[in-house]
Amino acid sequence: MPDKIVIDVNVNGLDYQREIEPRLLLVEFIREELGLTGTHIGCDTSYCGACSVVLNGKLVKSCTCLAVQADGAKVETVEGLETDGELHPLQSAFSEHHGLQCGYCTPGMLMASKTLLDENPNPSEEEIRKGIGGNLCRCTGYVNIIKAVDAASQALAVNVGGES
Amino acid sequence: MYPAPFRYHRPENLEQAVALLAKYGTDAKIMAGGQSLIPMLKLRIGDMAELIDIGRLPDLSHIEQRGNTLHIGALATHGQIGACELAATIPALAEAAGGIADRQVRSMGTIGGGLCVADPSGDWPTILRLLDATVTILGGSGTRSLSVADLLLDAYTTALNGDEIVTEIQLPLPEANTTSAYVAFKRAASAFPTCSAGIQLTMENDRCQRARLVLGCAGNTVIVSKEAEAQLEGQSIDEHTLFSAAETIVSVSEPPPDARGSEAFKRAMLKTMVVEAGRRALARSRGEQIKGGHRYA
Repeated sequence: MPDKIVIDVNVNGLDYQREIEPRLLLVEFIREELGLTGTHIGCDTSYCGACSVVLNGKLVKSCTCLAVQADGAKVETVEGLETDGELHPLQSAFSEHHGLQCGYCTPGMLMASKTLLDENPNPSEEEIRKGIGGNLCRCTGYVNIIKAVDAASQALAVNVGGES
Repeated sequence: MYPAPFRYHRPENLEQAVALLAKYGTDAKIMAGGQSLIPMLKLRIGDMAELIDIGRLPDLSHIEQRGNTLHIGALATHGQIGACELAATIPALAEAAGGIADRQVRSMGTIGGGLCVADPSGDWPTILRLLDATVTILGGSGTRSLSVADLLLDAYTTALNGDEIVTEIQLPLPEANTTSAYVAFKRAASAFPTCSAGIQLTMENDRCQRARLVLGCAGNTVIVSKEAEAQLEGQSIDEHTLFSAAETIVSVSEPPPDARGSEAFKRAMLKTMVVEAGRRALARSRGEQIKGGHRYA
């Protein structure tokens, strides 16, 4: 068995150090080593985006990253969206607009939507469609997901306006 | 799905990476962003004993203009190139980069990796062949330069020696009156294209002085046709000339029938792609702002 290596990863603001096999995928690291099972494995072939997480500010598929690629990095998963029990505006909007049915794709959809709104706070419908292009949903037909992301972008804009 | 076990190396500079390649030979593979390699390792295709991760090497992500040449570091990501204003001076370059796979893959996947995988369905071989790119290669015996045309030998096969790494891609900036377009059709954002075509036209007084035409996903490596280009050069280009050139280049292509479509379907699609790319390049030559690139259902 090849040598294990030690990696340090900050996930949702907490520092973790683990000794892992180099072939361990980031999604397995998150789910099996850290027990954060909100990140789902959908296809495991880089198509569906259910495993999407944010790695150093960028959206990635955690089934298509090795855990060693996240050594020293900051990772955000769906568990990190809420603040002190308060849902993130995206989570509230998905709930209000029925942006999910079975919910399997939802963690990836939320992380994709979050990075989309971080980069483009007021996206058009086409930009939302493109922004979640790497995330497949087999239930909703996407219509309510798009409504939810649009509603969240407006809610976030109000929040920002309220604070300033 | 786990890759087979391997040992992991993270060299601190290119020289160390080359030395590791020389030491381990065919037992080693280079990983940049891993967006092609990791799916293959998970399918247990092309397993290796030693993985050399160059993804963090410094100073390999630049996009810079020097003289009439655009220099792109091998580790520049698709997303970075797609969003770069300097890259947008070559329309086909920016639209190809910004449409590769999905946002997730564009965050990690690199131009150097995408080129060197030499996947017949990959976007980078096609677009870099269209734009007459050159690569800088570092190996145990020093640095050398090679055209992308000479780099790409066959499907998944390049002219790189076992201890060599592509470090930079150079693109000649288009001369005056030159426009380009890249069109690809894919079944979904995440998928490889079913067919793709690129065109670069130098126009003068509504006549085409020089034409470059390429097809992707249409054979073991990028398809080019001097004959098709000659059909456009010296002509005032319209739908008819575009379609004739499309027929010519598609006639020398060998699109493989697979899950993405039959050979006949792909030939028909490829012709459409050439004509569409030509329309867009012509519109750009008239100064129209056209968004393009990948299309999917």
